[in-house]
Amino acid sequence: MTELLSLEIKACIGRANPTLHVEVTRRDIQKYAVSTGQRAKKYLDGDEAPPLFHFGYSLEILPVDQLRKDGIPEDKLIPELPLKRLMAGSSDTVYHRPIRAGDKLSITRRLKDIYEKQGKSGPLIFVLTEVVVETEAGEPVLNETTSLIAR
Amino acid sequence: MLNYESINVGDLLPSREHTANIVQLFMYNAAIWNPHRIHFDHAYATEEEGYQAIVLDGPLQGDWIGQVVTDWIGEDASLVSFGYANRRVAFLGETMSAGGVVEEKDDDKKEIKVSLYLKNAEGEVTIPGHAVVRF
Repeated sequence: MTELLSLEIKACIGRANPTLHVEVTRRDIQKYAVSTGQRAKKYLDGDEAPPLFHFGYSLEILPVDQLRKDGIPEDKLIPELPLKRLMAGSSDTVYHRPIRAGDKLSITRRLKDIYEKQGKSGPLIFVLTEVVVETEAGEPVLNETTSLIAR
Repeated sequence: MLNYESINVGDLLPSREHTANIVQLFMYNAAIWNPHRIHFDHAYATEEEGYQAIVLDGPLQGDWIGQVVTDWIGEDASLVSFGYANRRVAFLGETMSAGGVVEEKDDDKKEIKVSLYLKNAEGEVTIPGHAVVRF
């Protein structure tokens, strides 16, 4: 099997984005809850956030003229890969406690691994990232591992 | 009230249907700050990227299967872990059904593992998932 991943790409494993600091507002939770069709009162009232609420902190807020043609911001954590067709893979989260209105959170996203595999219709590159969410006081909130697949 | 003892492997979790309209999808992408054009720009999604219609966000579908669990446990248990995978694309206007089944019971930890799915009208799973809850 040919080696697709250069040493330069592999050297990126382990690097992280600057930690994001956010204050969770009740209104942010309510918007998320209504738009996803939640039924639980604690979510609709914005007391507590639904399990995937933190996904809303993953996309960088950039000026419109800095977005790509498809609308999304460049993902600076992931190096340029030799395979260009990117697909969202999976998301797995371990929860320590729910996110609540008023929380002050620190969110760090790290490049956990990049590896290649031979798929049925050609080579695939798997990119794993890990998001760690904790309170400013250092209390663990959740850890999410996501995968992206390039082919 | 849901209690650990009364739950059996093979039990079905209450299922629910979701049909996102363009307003809901707009609100969702605004709420999560997602400017990806395939989720709101029909001409771009179909002409530039070759999709048949506006594409539903994977994490929105992931949330729908998460709700199968959170609506099932209410305040009677807590969520330990939850995961989903993007298996197939789904489009605006499709009616998706979310459900799940109890897979395992761990009596020592009082934890229950469930598998979850989101299916389209053809019965194809677009988003499979799994969760562990603790009583």
